[in-house]
Amino acid sequence: MNAPTLPVAPAAPINTGLTGAGSNLAKVLNAGQFAVCVEVSPPVGPNVEAIQREIKMLQGYGDAYNVTDNQSAMVHVSSLAVSIMLKQAGMEPVIQFTCRDRNRLGLQGDMLGGSVFGINTILCLSGDHPIWGDHPQCKPVYDMDSLNVIRMARMMRNNQVFENGKLIPKIAPDFFIGAVENPFAPPYDYRPLRLAKKIVAGAQFIQTQLIFNVDRFREFMKRVVDLGLHEKIAILAGVGPIRSIKAAEYMKNEVAGMDVPDWVLKRLEGLSKEDQQKAGLDICCEVANQVRAIEGVRGLHIMAVSWPAAVPEVCKMLGLYPRPTL
Amino acid sequence: MSLRTYLQDHPTPLVWAWEATAWTLRLMKPVFAKMGMETSSKVVRVPEEIIKGLLFDCQDCAQCMLHYNGMTCPMNCPKNLRNGPCGGVRLNGHCEVKPEMDCVWVKGLERAPKTPYGHEILRLNPPVDWRLKGQASWVTYSLGRDQIPTGTDVTIRYADEVLPKEGVA
Repeated sequence: MNAPTLPVAPAAPINTGLTGAGSNLAKVLNAGQFAVCVEVSPPVGPNVEAIQREIKMLQGYGDAYNVTDNQSAMVHVSSLAVSIMLKQAGMEPVIQFTCRDRNRLGLQGDMLGGSVFGINTILCLSGDHPIWGDHPQCKPVYDMDSLNVIRMARMMRNNQVFENGKLIPKIAPDFFIGAVENPFAPPYDYRPLRLAKKIVAGAQFIQTQLIFNVDRFREFMKRVVDLGLHEKIAILAGVGPIRSIKAAEYMKNEVAGMDVPDWVLKRLEGLSKEDQQKAGLDICCEVANQVRAIEGVRGLHIMAVSWPAAVPEVCKMLGLYPRPTL
Repeated sequence: MSLRTYLQDHPTPLVWAWEATAWTLRLMKPVFAKMGMETSSKVVRVPEEIIKGLLFDCQDCAQCMLHYNGMTCPMNCPKNLRNGPCGGVRLNGHCEVKPEMDCVWVKGLERAPKTPYGHEILRLNPPVDWRLKGQASWVTYSLGRDQIPTGTDVTIRYADEVLPKEGVA
């Protein structure tokens, strides 16, 4: 083995002046509007019609659309491919990058790949461990943690360098960089400080885990506001409708990092299938209206897990449709 | 409670041990430099693996950040996270992947204030240099080869940059 050499930082780092402000989500946030992101789940099989159906169903309801990256550690059509389809349909995709499946080479390649298609709004996260998915026998990558992926994207944009410190030829990508945070996972005291670390790394907006425990979220936001972090990063609160009591129980017991309080289950208990759906929508809107009122929340991130048809209804019930054109 | 857990929960002797080790390693720098990282590592790895293996379940990443994380090894995290816990930590503070294991970050952050390095929880730890795997971290530390900032960063940054000046207490 050759002795590792020190990475060389360029003597005079370039300042590209790029900020990701070309992203539609950035424009909405910069205009002081309440932003809406909608989650799009790519299908499991290469089903073009299914993607087109979902595009048709959701188009116009969000300022940007998160395209998940092998959601729940199960194989899906890639985030990049579906993001390109969204872009071609005139929607702004938020392409997700988990640290689970790609090393820094793969991540940078796909970031630049998206950039070629004008997809510059990105979201960096650790990702569910493969043990939860359909290939538990695979080798988890985790070459870098999410914070270092954020940092890498920031340096690609601001300084036009790869993670190794070498210059990106000709042109820098103009990323608008997102991150995630889960206020419901211990250690609660550290979560706002970790958010501060992500801001220093380069994150410009965050999307939170699905919120049902509003009190816990309020505590988190109070600390964030006390530290003044809400002025340095746009916080989009995660909300979503639950389709049935079965889905609620699954989320409560099987999904890592989810906090589903008992009152949610009680509300859904003993109702017919249709009534459960209606109650699910009502709960989502109640939670959304409560979190909207919390200081520092600049938008919503709507995740309708395996129930995309509910998104238009939620947006209309919340009075967040139509979206501003900027 | 095992002896390992007891020592980590009461880390003062571990802190003294680290301070003494760090002092020795700084003195040893010319020796290691002369022998080269590879050769020095072959020798130093043996005691390091035994001691740190027993005390911390060391994973030989060769860029040790035990003292930045309350004397708790973050490489025991199934996701190898070096910058804080993931969003999957269970409500009881256990790991999402290994339900019987405490999250290394939950433990590390509990223990960090008991060490003189409590402030280091705000440190942006650089990514792992996987080429160093199998070297001795006592040698890489001594030679300044561990935890080098990548890209255009020249020094390691801290979250203090965006936090109020008066501190976060």
